[in-house]
Amino acid sequence: MTYLTKLSAAALRDLLISQEVSAVEVTRAHLDHISAVDTDLHAFLHVAGDDALATAAQIDERRAAGETLNPLAGVPIAIKDVLATQDMPTTAGSRILEGWVPPYDATVVARLRAAGLVPLGKTNMDEFAMGSSTEHSAYGVTRNPWDRDRIPGGSGGGSAAAVASFQAPLALGSDTGGSIRQPAAVTGSVGVKPTYGGVSRYGAIALASSLDQVGPVSRTVYDAALLHDVIGGHDPLDSTSLTEPWPSMAAAAQAGLKDGALKGVRVGVIKELSGDGFQAGVTQRFNETLALLVGAGAEITEVSAPNFEYAVAAYYLILPAEASSNLARFDSVRFGIRVNPESGSLTSEHVMSATREAGFGPEVKRRIILGTYALSAGYYDAYYGSAQKVRTLIQRDFASAFSQVDVLVSPSAPTTAFKFGEKLDDPMAMYINDVTTIPANLAGVPGMSIPIGLAPEDGLPVGLQIMAPARADARLYTVGAAIEQLLEASWGHTMLSQAPALTPTEMFASEEGAV
Amino acid sequence: MPKAELMDYDKALELFEPVLGFEVHVELNTKTKMFCGCANEFGSGANTNTCPTCLGLPGGLPQINKKALESSIRLGLALGCEIAEHSRFARKNYFYPDTAKNFQTSQYDDPICHDGSITIELESGRLVTVEIERAHMEDDAGKLTHMGGATGRIQGADYSLVDYNRGGVPLVEIVTQMIEGAEHDAPEIGKTYVAAIREIAKALGVSNARMEEGNVRCDANVSLRPRGSNVLGTRTETKNVNSLRSVERAVRYEIQRQAAVLHSGGTITQETRHWHEDTGITSAGRPKSDADDYRYFPEPDLLPMAPSREWVEELRLTLPEPPAARRKRLQAAWGFVNLEFQDVVNSDLLDAVEATVAAGASAQAARKWWTGEIARLANVAGVAGDSLVTPVQLAALIGLVEAGTLTDRLARQVLEGVIAGEGTPAEVVESRGLAVVSDDGALITAIDAALLGQPDVLAKIRDGKVQAAGAVIGAVMKAMRGQADAARVRELVLERAATIE
Repeated sequence: MTYLTKLSAAALRDLLISQEVSAVEVTRAHLDHISAVDTDLHAFLHVAGDDALATAAQIDERRAAGETLNPLAGVPIAIKDVLATQDMPTTAGSRILEGWVPPYDATVVARLRAAGLVPLGKTNMDEFAMGSSTEHSAYGVTRNPWDRDRIPGGSGGGSAAAVASFQAPLALGSDTGGSIRQPAAVTGSVGVKPTYGGVSRYGAIALASSLDQVGPVSRTVYDAALLHDVIGGHDPLDSTSLTEPWPSMAAAAQAGLKDGALKGVRVGVIKELSGDGFQAGVTQRFNETLALLVGAGAEITEVSAPNFEYAVAAYYLILPAEASSNLARFDSVRFGIRVNPESGSLTSEHVMSATREAGFGPEVKRRIILGTYALSAGYYDAYYGSAQKVRTLIQRDFASAFSQVDVLVSPSAPTTAFKFGEKLDDPMAMYINDVTTIPANLAGVPGMSIPIGLAPEDGLPVGLQIMAPARADARLYTVGAAIEQLLEASWGHTMLSQAPALTPTEMFASEEGAV
Repeated sequence: MPKAELMDYDKALELFEPVLGFEVHVELNTKTKMFCGCANEFGSGANTNTCPTCLGLPGGLPQINKKALESSIRLGLALGCEIAEHSRFARKNYFYPDTAKNFQTSQYDDPICHDGSITIELESGRLVTVEIERAHMEDDAGKLTHMGGATGRIQGADYSLVDYNRGGVPLVEIVTQMIEGAEHDAPEIGKTYVAAIREIAKALGVSNARMEEGNVRCDANVSLRPRGSNVLGTRTETKNVNSLRSVERAVRYEIQRQAAVLHSGGTITQETRHWHEDTGITSAGRPKSDADDYRYFPEPDLLPMAPSREWVEELRLTLPEPPAARRKRLQAAWGFVNLEFQDVVNSDLLDAVEATVAAGASAQAARKWWTGEIARLANVAGVAGDSLVTPVQLAALIGLVEAGTLTDRLARQVLEGVIAGEGTPAEVVESRGLAVVSDDGALITAIDAALLGQPDVLAKIRDGKVQAAGAVIGAVMKAMRGQADAARVRELVLERAATIE
């Protein structure tokens, strides 16, 4: 049954609906593969195991009884550990939440369950989604399936690696400044950050409330669309959730497969997101993709977004400011670990302080301190206030660009996957890696990353970022699916079929430290 | 608690001018909390009215309670405030275990209501206009109970318990402008102002407005300015003064304490102070400076509010008559002297008396019953008077007395029957057989028997010693088991004494 793990969610769906395979078989195949490869990769922090099989068995029974189920019922899914799950620990990659099992499900998780998807487990991430490499997880790194010495991106490195290594056909991620798109790019998978407000944040442990957005991770654009349709739509529990109805993303993706789908599509290339600082192989694959687009009838225009230059700076004021407040609740009083101070009295203040000292990692502390400073009286206007103004300017840049083009494109990340430790001691180098993805979060517009080939110099995946105006998520799926089809036709295979095989042998070798 | 040195109040006023300011928190009586669907309910089991949002669990998100917004706007309108066209919530960041999120969701630079005023009347008849700077919405904190200490305070406690049922309950915080020119009336202004806010909130129906349950809480700011100076003194903020009398006492105390400190060359520390109800003093809390940094920023989890002008005008139409105006109108209509009227007001019986009058009773009788017998029974039972009997029942009872069917004494028995659930007053009269005997024949028989049984008394009456009739009246009333109109008995006794053979 190992072939089942190679299939897309759509293919699994079809086999499940025709009852050629059972949900239990599909789930077991994935759990077996997780057992085989994940000791080494470490995409998962928690594997649901028997619970997943029990869920799958229920789906099979219901399907056998003739119940009408959501088409995706029985398809397995991995869930980023930032999302509350009432039957699995939820740590957000932090020591401070070690062992915490929430008393409730995030809205997106509740929607997955209602649709009959089978949660396989929780995936690794940078602590509280702060990072671009998953090296900031309190529970160890996740390896990139393409090169086990390299980062899988972050913060959602676990979800991307799980999908790219066929441990799950689908995963949920969250994207505050690129945490879905950049891991997708460096692992050769697909990731979508929906329009802000398009998917509920209720039950997603907040990093920066005005930037966070939950979205799908998959191996194909169509699969991402199927998942988007399950999790998206208004949620009264999230006040920033948009109320209008959404078109089917799956239908939008299918529209992209039709002949001439790209004809006349106006594609804007953002001048500021190219050139210096972009790896040669990344630029090369990006330009080749543009040529392919031209060949398919798209109109390529260069557009300027002059204020993108300030995006990273503004982002690293807004994000820490909101995070410093969002993370205040981690105080040992109601949930999570409690650490008593080594000396001094056991006042709540001392216990809170000792718990936060022991429970938060260095990157989290760095951002809490930055944010606390940025919000302080006397500095607020200069930092948080100015950053919000930049945000407005970036929104205007997008508005101006989208008055000329239908979608904007850029490389998803300036480089391919870097090596562990390469940027760990240089926060600025790590932060600047998100230069391509941050503007979409600041403006609330949707963005998608799809694989566009391997960089010749290192043989590692390169991603294309596509962005659309707010609420035009469907456009991403149409254009994304069209480009994906063009590329695969030109390659003669899918991107991930080229990834190195992961075998248990490698796992043992790694444990012995032989690689 | 070391008692601070106090200056004589009059001397303090000679040397200093008190400047006041009040922050009154009004807890709204919405069905659910400010930002989640949990019940807003007093007295439930600890931490039972909680959810991921009001417990501040990771992933919890707020939703604005529209009813709370409506109540806040109505309260603001009743305080003469402008209602902001654009208003938003802000996070007030500070760590404290009763604050689940470690920030309070409050309002900062865009409060929902601003720039109002109310005019209060002191007992002397002096009118004082208190300017309202703002009235903003926020969520309440949970409740800490300190265990193991002698005083119930955090000092000396072994551990503390926290109940988040109150966490997230909607509050409106009403902040006054600086009140100058209060002079000797400063304590009374404090008391009267808080009473007025409480009364308005109650009249609007937006709060249960019970100070003893913490529905209305007052922080009193007091500073002293030396006479002849135009520089404001340093203020103290006495927190959680939770009865009208305490507001008055706390303001007076702070004036006397600060005057003594300043006069002896000391300085006032800008700080919060605790009010001690039992000893009637304030004690130092935490230092509070204008530089206190709560790192306010707009709440990113909530959208800004833009209450439409149409809605605000609709809400304006729902405002009840201002309580002060209503009191004036009712006192005049009822013809009560100040003392009588105050008795009704202070006992919270204005509504009850008004409804009883509306049901046909005379105002004086209604007042007498509500503040007298019903208040006594309510006090014994430990409940509110208006929970014992309805205004309609009482009006019917009063009607029976005025028609002569019942004496006051019989009416009290009927009232007991009504309270015991035996039916309407008329039904109780019927079932208990309590009506006054108004059949002169039965009375005359009894009177004649009494007169003839006491010939010496009869002789005295005939000699013109009318007061001697009392003994006969007593005997007759006894014979009638109290069910006779004593005045009528008296008339008949005198009549029969003159004619009896």
